[in-house]
Amino acid sequence: MTTDRSPSPTGPEGPGPRLRAEGATLGYGETVVTRDLDFAVADGAVTSIIGPNGCGKSTLLRALGRLLRPRSGQVLLDGRPIARTPPRQVARTVAVLPQAPLAPPGLTVGDLVMRGRHPHQSWYRQWSSSDAGEVARALEMTGMAGFAERPLERLSGGQRQRAWISMALAQGTDLLLLDEPTTYLDLAHQIEVLELVRALNRDHGRTVVMVLHDLNLAGRYSDLLVAMRDGAVRASGAPGEVLTPDLVAETFGLECKVVPDPVSGSPLVVPVGVRTEEG
Amino acid sequence: MKPSAPAVWAPAGPGAPGAPGAPVPGSALRGRRTAGLAVLLVLLAACAAGSLLIGARAIAPAEVWRVLTAPDGGEASAVVWSLRLPRTAIGIAVGAALGTAGVLMQSHTRNPIADPGILGVSHGAALGVVLGVFLLGMSDLASFVWLAIAGAVIASTAVFAIASGGSRGPTPITLVLAGAAMSALLSGVISAIVLLDHSSLEVYRFWRLGTLAGRPMEVFWQVLPFIAAGLALAAANAPGLNALALGDDVATALGQRVRLTRAAGVLSIALLTGAATAAAGPIGFVGLAAPHLARAITGPDHRWTVPLAAPAGACLVLAADIAGRVVRGNGEVEVGIVLAVLGAPFFIALIRRGRMIAP
Repeated sequence: MTTDRSPSPTGPEGPGPRLRAEGATLGYGETVVTRDLDFAVADGAVTSIIGPNGCGKSTLLRALGRLLRPRSGQVLLDGRPIARTPPRQVARTVAVLPQAPLAPPGLTVGDLVMRGRHPHQSWYRQWSSSDAGEVARALEMTGMAGFAERPLERLSGGQRQRAWISMALAQGTDLLLLDEPTTYLDLAHQIEVLELVRALNRDHGRTVVMVLHDLNLAGRYSDLLVAMRDGAVRASGAPGEVLTPDLVAETFGLECKVVPDPVSGSPLVVPVGVRTEEG
Repeated sequence: MKPSAPAVWAPAGPGAPGAPGAPVPGSALRGRRTAGLAVLLVLLAACAAGSLLIGARAIAPAEVWRVLTAPDGGEASAVVWSLRLPRTAIGIAVGAALGTAGVLMQSHTRNPIADPGILGVSHGAALGVVLGVFLLGMSDLASFVWLAIAGAVIASTAVFAIASGGSRGPTPITLVLAGAAMSALLSGVISAIVLLDHSSLEVYRFWRLGTLAGRPMEVFWQVLPFIAAGLALAAANAPGLNALALGDDVATALGQRVRLTRAAGVLSIALLTGAATAAAGPIGFVGLAAPHLARAITGPDHRWTVPLAAPAGACLVLAADIAGRVVRGNGEVEVGIVLAVLGAPFFIALIRRGRMIAP
C-alpha cells in the first residue's frame, strides 16, 4: 500500500527534518524542565521517547506539538517557527494526542473523529464532502468504522484509544505525536494500540513520535529510541543501540540484563534490581 | 526481526457491524436536531400568540388580531400595543439571551449546573442599578438598562482578568472561583448600600423580582442591539466550544486559540445576561434549564445546542409569564417567581429521567 496522503500545503522546505526543536528551554511556571535542548524528529520513522518520570519527555512532546511555548529557543516546522505560524496551519501538519483528553458524555466515535477536521473548517464552511471522506478513512485505518455510532463510554480502553487516534488521523497530518498512548491500558490493549501505530507508519506513511513507559514495547515497536534523563537526551538510535545494560542503568538507575525478544528479536530488558546510588 | 504489521488493520473488538466506507454517521441525529428546532420554533410561535391573547382583560382573539393589524386608539388597542406586545417581545429577547448564555456558561466552565449568573454578571447588573439610584437618584426603568449592562460587562471583565492570572490562563475552575468571589463581593456591596439608603432599597426590591410587566417597548429596543451582538458572538463561539469540550490541550492541538475563545465566550455571556437582566431584572432557572432541554435534543454538538437553547429559553420565559397572569384572577405573579416554583420540579423530573447530559 502506498502512502495515501498528498503533501501538506506548506511542504517540506528543502532537506532535513520537518519538525525540530532548537535550543529549547521548556518548563511550567517557575520550574525549568529542560534547558537548551536540540531535538530533531526523524522523518518517516516511529520514534519513542523513553526515560524516568519527570525527565521531560512529555514536556518535549508538548513543545513539539505547540501545546507548550518554549521559554527560549524555538520549535521549527518545515523551517518555520511554529509559535509564529497560524495555529490552524500547524494543526493541519502536526497532530498531537495529549494525555487525558476529555470526552463529553454521549459523544459518539463518529462525532469525535469529525472534530478532528476542526483545523480544516471555518465558521462559514463547517462540513464538506472531503471532511466526510477523511473521517471515513480515519475510521477505516483504525478499524473503528463499525463503531461510529457508539458513545465513547461504551468502548473498551483499547477501542477508546483507537477512537482518539482516529480523531488525530482525521486532521490529515503527516506527523503524529502521541503522549503516552498506552497508559492505563492492559497489555493486550497496549499491543492493539502499538500495532496500529506501526501500521499507520508502514502502510500510511505517518511519521510518529510517542512517549512510552514500557521499554520492551518501545524497543519492539519503534525504529528509533530517544532516552532522556534530567531534561537532556542521553542516547538516541536504533533500539539495539539504546537498550543496553549500561544505558538503562545510567538513565533509569536500573540494573538489568538485555536478551533478544524470542518473538520479534528486539532487545528485551530484564530487570535485576534497582541501583541505590546514594543509599 | 519485527513481526510484519497487518496490511489492513483488522478490528479486534467484538463484532464490528457496518462495512468500511459506510455513510458518514449521525444522519439520524441530524434529523432529530432539525425536527427539534422546528418543534421549538412552533412552540415559540404558540407561546408568543398566547402571550398576546391571554391577560387580565379578556379580549377576543379576533379583536386582538384586528387591533394588531389596524391599531385604532381604542382600549383593546392600547392594551395590546402598550402592554402585551412589549412584554412578549421582551420575553422572547430575555429568554433567548438567557438560554444562549446558559449554554456558553455551562460549556466554558464544563459545569452542568452553571448558571449565567455564576460569572458575577447578575450581581454586576444589580450593583449598576443600585448605584444609579443611590448616587444619581435615578428611578426610571429605561435609564436602568444602561447601568445594568455596564455593571454586567465590568463585573465579567474583572472576573475574566482575575481568572486569567495563573500561568495556564483562564481555566474552567479559575473562572468559576473568580466568579463566585466576585458575586460574593458585589452582593455584599449591594446589601450595604440598600441597608444604608431606604430609597435604594425600595427600587431594588421591586427591580430584583424579575418581571416582564410594566416595561415599555423602549426597553426592548434598548437591549436588542446588545442581545443581537451577544447572539452573534455565541454563534461564532459554537464551533470552538466543540473543540474546547475535548479539553484545553486537544483544543490547542486542533488549532483553536483557547484564550481567545474563552474571552469571546465571556463577552457574549456578559452582553446577553447583562441585557436580559437590564430588561427584566434577575431571572433565574432559564439559563440553567434551557441548555439541558436543548442538549437533550441535540446531543453534545454546540453548533446545534447554541441555536436550540435560544428558542427553548424564550419558550420557558413566555410560558412562565403566561402562567403568572392566569394563576391569580386579578393580580399576577412575577415571571421570576413562576419560573422558580414551576421550573424546579420540572427540572428534578428531567434529572430523574436521566435525560440530563453534561456539556
